[in-house]
Amino acid sequence: MATFKFELVSPERMLASANVAMVVVPGAEGDFGVLPGHAPLMSTIRPGIIEVYATEGSSPSARYEIEGGFAEVTPEGLTILAEAVTAI
Amino acid sequence: MPSLKALKNRIVSVKSTQKITKAMKMVAAAKLRRAQEAAEAARPYSERMAAVMASLASRVQVGPESPRLMAGTGNSQVHLLVIAGSERGLAGGFNTNITRAARKFLDELLAQGKTVKLLFVGKKTRAPFLRTHRNLIIGTIDQTHIKTVRFADAKAVADDITARFEAGEFDVAHLFFSKFKSALAQEPTRLQIIPAALPAVAESKPVGDVPAAIEYEPDEESILADLLPRNLAVQVFRALLENAASEQGSRMTAMDNATRNAGDMINRLTITYNRTRQAAITKELIEIISGAEAL
Repeated sequence: MATFKFELVSPERMLASANVAMVVVPGAEGDFGVLPGHAPLMSTIRPGIIEVYATEGSSPSARYEIEGGFAEVTPEGLTILAEAVTAI
Repeated sequence: MPSLKALKNRIVSVKSTQKITKAMKMVAAAKLRRAQEAAEAARPYSERMAAVMASLASRVQVGPESPRLMAGTGNSQVHLLVIAGSERGLAGGFNTNITRAARKFLDELLAQGKTVKLLFVGKKTRAPFLRTHRNLIIGTIDQTHIKTVRFADAKAVADDITARFEAGEFDVAHLFFSKFKSALAQEPTRLQIIPAALPAVAESKPVGDVPAAIEYEPDEESILADLLPRNLAVQVFRALLENAASEQGSRMTAMDNATRNAGDMINRLTITYNRTRQAAITKELIEIISGAEAL
C-alpha cells in the first residue's frame, strides 16, 4: 500500500510526523486531498479541519483543527506549517 | 581589627548570600534546559519556513508591486532598532552585551545622519538608553508576565512592528538579541527583519533535476504576502527563544561565579575570625598569669 510522509509542524514543536495514505487539507481555494505521488503544490490554508487517513480506510485516523497556515507538497511528502492547531 | 562579633555577623551574611546565589544557579540551570528544549523544538518550523521563503523568493521578482515587507519603502532614512533583552537582572553580562552591540550600531547610524527609533522588548535593556537617548524611544513591550515564550507572544511583538511599519513610522527594522551558543558563550546578534532579508537562492541543484513545476494556490504573490508577516513572527519567535536560553545560561554562569566568590570570602573571613579569637584568648591568659605572678 502506497504511503507518503506527512508532517504537521507548529512554531513550538513538531506535532505529527508519519507515513500516511491520504490527507485532506482545507486549502484557501477549496479542500484538497493529497495522495502518494501528488504533484508539487504550495497552498495557503483557510481555517478548517485536516483529516489524516493512516491507511486506506473509510474513517480518518486523526483530525486536527487548524486556524490557517500553509501546505507544501513536494515529491517527498506533505508538510503543513500551522500556527494554531488542536487535535480533535 | 573588627571585633569577633562583627566578623561572625559578616560570615553569616556572606553565607546567606551564597545560599541565594546557589539556589539561583540551580534554578537557572533547570530553566536553561527547558529553554534549550523549546529552542530545539522550534527548529523544524523555522527551517521549513526558510526553505519555503527561499523557493518562493526565487520565483517572484522584487518590484514596486511586491509586498512592502519584502521590497521595503524604497528609503533607508528612518531605522527602527528592536532591542530584546530580559525582564530580570542578575544575569551577568547578558543585557549589557546586547545593549553594547545596539549602541554601537545606533551610533553608526546617527553618524550617517539617519533617524533612529528604539523599541524595547523587556525593560532591562531600556534603562541604559533612558539616560542617553530618551527622545528616540518609541515604546517598550512588556514581557514580565511571560514564563515561557509562546508563539503568540512573538506574534504580538511582530504585529506591533508590522503595524508601525504600515503606519510609515520607519523604513528599515533591525532586531537585536543574544544568540545562544553554550551556557558560557552568548553572542549579541543583529538581524535585519524589514525589509525581509531573504536567504540567497540555492542554485546548486543538479541541472538534470526535474524542474519542479509547482502549482500555487492562489498564486505566488498572494502566498508570499501571506507568508511574510508569518516569517517575521517566526524570526521574532526564534530570537526570543534564543534570548531566553542565553539569559538563563548567562545567569547560571554569573551565579556560579558568585557562589564560588562567596565561598572564598567565607574561607578568608573564617581564618581572620579564628586568628582574632586565638589572639583574644592568648591575651586573656597573659593577663591572668601576670596577675597571678604579681601576688
